[in-house]
Amino acid sequence: MKAAVVRFPGSNCDFDMYYALTDFNIEADIVSEKTQDLSEYDAIFLPGGFSYGDYLRSGAVARFAPVMAAVIAAAEQGKIVVGICNGFQILTEAGLLPGQLMANKVPGFICDTVPLLIENDASVFTQVYAKQQQPIMIPIAHGEGRYYADEQTIAELYANHQVIFKYQTDVNGSVDQIAGITNRTGNVLGMMPHPERAVDALLGATDGRGFFKSIIASLALEVVGK
Amino acid sequence: MYLAKIYVTYKQSILDPQGEVIKSALHRLDYQTVERVNQGKYFEIMFAADNESAAAAEVKAFTEALLINHNTETYRFELAEV
Repeated sequence: MKAAVVRFPGSNCDFDMYYALTDFNIEADIVSEKTQDLSEYDAIFLPGGFSYGDYLRSGAVARFAPVMAAVIAAAEQGKIVVGICNGFQILTEAGLLPGQLMANKVPGFICDTVPLLIENDASVFTQVYAKQQQPIMIPIAHGEGRYYADEQTIAELYANHQVIFKYQTDVNGSVDQIAGITNRTGNVLGMMPHPERAVDALLGATDGRGFFKSIIASLALEVVGK
Repeated sequence: MYLAKIYVTYKQSILDPQGEVIKSALHRLDYQTVERVNQGKYFEIMFAADNESAAAAEVKAFTEALLINHNTETYRFELAEV
């Protein structure tokens, strides 16, 4: 497996993601937002940060970065595409995931570690977690993390098992306390919490390891299937 | 050249936390008659177009492509030849 971490101007969790991936012996490159070919990568990661200064709306300008055509192509090919925090915002703005991330219900930046419930423990991103071992403790750091989608979209997300993570408490005013979702086909994930900051006991949190183990397991299964 | 003045606001159904904070502050300043505050965005965009109807179509196109998010926002604009 080879992974790309896309660095936009203003990304600041790119190296955290790179560190987490390489900690699992995943070959990873940090690639520029000007990259137009991602064909050599099996998985694409859009990291947290403040792409293009979060001007206009979070993710709204990054959506038009040259690399995004390749990200959309990778998603359509069924490759794994992950957006964490600002990456989630970019994926919604790009239309790869439904809904939008808005200013927190109580305005201001939240930096905390919060309990997350695993709503779907069969996804590519959660399969090594068991529902009964929830909640997992994962860091969050965002000012615009309030997930919003209209009622019909939320109903469709549940019907198709696209709701992957939920906050145990009302952290930011997200509809139904939703913290992470996938697209309909399940290969594109966006989430506001940062599993890549919870992979090392030295830094105090390891509950994010299951996230990366799940992805590795999914890709291994896919290779065997072929 | 044309000058478009574009006003972007949340749809009525969308909670505007910044607007709520501003409303609370106005109440604290004793402006108790204030019932609703929406904090929007304002853009002035200067651009070339052949005529007014082409300019209006252009404003609609670029506003919907980038300036608003259809999930939550709506807009209106004023257009003047300058």
